[in-house]
Amino acid sequence: MALAYTSFDELARLAQEAGTTISALVLADQARELETSQEALLARMEADLDVMAAAAEKGLDPGLRSASGLTGGAAARVAGAREQVCPGRFARHLAVALAVSECNAAMGKIVAAPTAGSCGILPGAVLPLLEDGTVTKDQAARALFTGGALGMVIANKASIAGAQGGCQAECGSASAMAAAVLTELWGGTPAQCAHAAAIALKCLLGLVCDPVAGLVEVPCVKRNASGVANALCAAQLALAGVESAIPCDQVIAAMDAVGQAMPCTLKETAKGGLAATKRGAELKKQLQGEQK
Amino acid sequence: MNIFDIIGPVMVGPSSSHTAGACRIGRVARSILNDQPVRAHISLCGSFAETGRGHGTDRALVAGLLGMDSDDARLPDALELAAAAGLEVTFDTRDLPGTHPNTAVVELEGKGGARCAVRASSVGGGNIRVDEVNGVKVSFTGAYNTLIILHTDEAGAIANVSGYIAGQGVNIATFACDRETKGGSSIMTVEIDGVLTEEQLDHLRALPAIHTVVQVKRI
Repeated sequence: MALAYTSFDELARLAQEAGTTISALVLADQARELETSQEALLARMEADLDVMAAAAEKGLDPGLRSASGLTGGAAARVAGAREQVCPGRFARHLAVALAVSECNAAMGKIVAAPTAGSCGILPGAVLPLLEDGTVTKDQAARALFTGGALGMVIANKASIAGAQGGCQAECGSASAMAAAVLTELWGGTPAQCAHAAAIALKCLLGLVCDPVAGLVEVPCVKRNASGVANALCAAQLALAGVESAIPCDQVIAAMDAVGQAMPCTLKETAKGGLAATKRGAELKKQLQGEQK
Repeated sequence: MNIFDIIGPVMVGPSSSHTAGACRIGRVARSILNDQPVRAHISLCGSFAETGRGHGTDRALVAGLLGMDSDDARLPDALELAAAAGLEVTFDTRDLPGTHPNTAVVELEGKGGARCAVRASSVGGGNIRVDEVNGVKVSFTGAYNTLIILHTDEAGAIANVSGYIAGQGVNIATFACDRETKGGSSIMTVEIDGVLTEEQLDHLRALPAIHTVVQVKRI
């Protein structure tokens, strides 16, 4: 029977009972749904990983700037920093998330995951593990099916659009997807994947979408870095056996309710939050002056 | 919805609505013109007018006019590529109360003399809706092959068209019809699951009361 993608807890339970991973269930289901082979789907996901890697490379160019000039170069700074509060691979996760997001802002090619505004978080989670050989490309591509399945559940039961649910729906969803992917890649059980997703989404609940001048730049680029850090945190907790007191599906429902309660000024209209600050208004005015 | 609607689409940034959607609007306008565009006047409305430049909306629209997809790496250079390809483009901003916040009006002139005016909106996630063609209200997304049929409002015109399409074994997914006045000029918008050949389109054109038939290829 085809999977409905309306409950992530149910997906985790089905995988747990079948003694397999969430991604294996989803991959088999999607092959049936799209009337193609699992190999073809994996090849397509690997091609998406290639696009993500190319975007990261472009975004790491220290000279890269967006058309507005608001963003660019942050990834290169983090990648080249000597002082490391976040040692080793952790800083690399942040740099890659920034890089892909800055590539997006500079009109580079990206994979929306789930949206363009949150496109740095999944690559930020996965690519560093590929770069240092911790996981193979095949493993990474497979695990992304777990993240994609969670994204489908969120899209079905809540929203992945900032205009509907605020940033929690975009970067929050991406961070939860990344947490589930990381947990599976690090050998976590399906139940732990669901806990990781729940923890990640909980920690970004209520995050508003308040882009300065309406552009996918400030604060979006930095929220991609914090989104991947949040995913790493959630995966680490879940792998250690920490459980979310609220099940994943109910956190998703809470996210939907919070999104509906959120005023329109905080849902991508650029009329509230950081967009409405003194500096935010100045930048908008400045950019509109250039446009005319 | 499938997994690649979530991990995907592959697109040139920064915005699925303001960049990828804008590119699709350009593509659909080119498809409606059904000719190589040599002149384009584009009006940006609402949020397209306010934040368009920062999102590359202008370049994305022109990339679409040149036939590019929203994942084409040449998209940021579309304005220069248009000039090189002999496509003259002008822009303005316009206030169109009551329309979707992300709206563009594209007026095109083709090499063979064809002309068209298309108003379309980017409705989220890179999806678009065409709202008006040559002054007549329509509603289609470009996700299907779409027939735009200008005809005279008279009895049997719709039955003839739908009957012919059915006879060719092609399923109609959605159908809409709107007229200016009773007995005046009217427009059918027909989204189909299959595709019609040029020969089949000629047959439609020869039906009574039918003036023009354009097939907008799925984008």
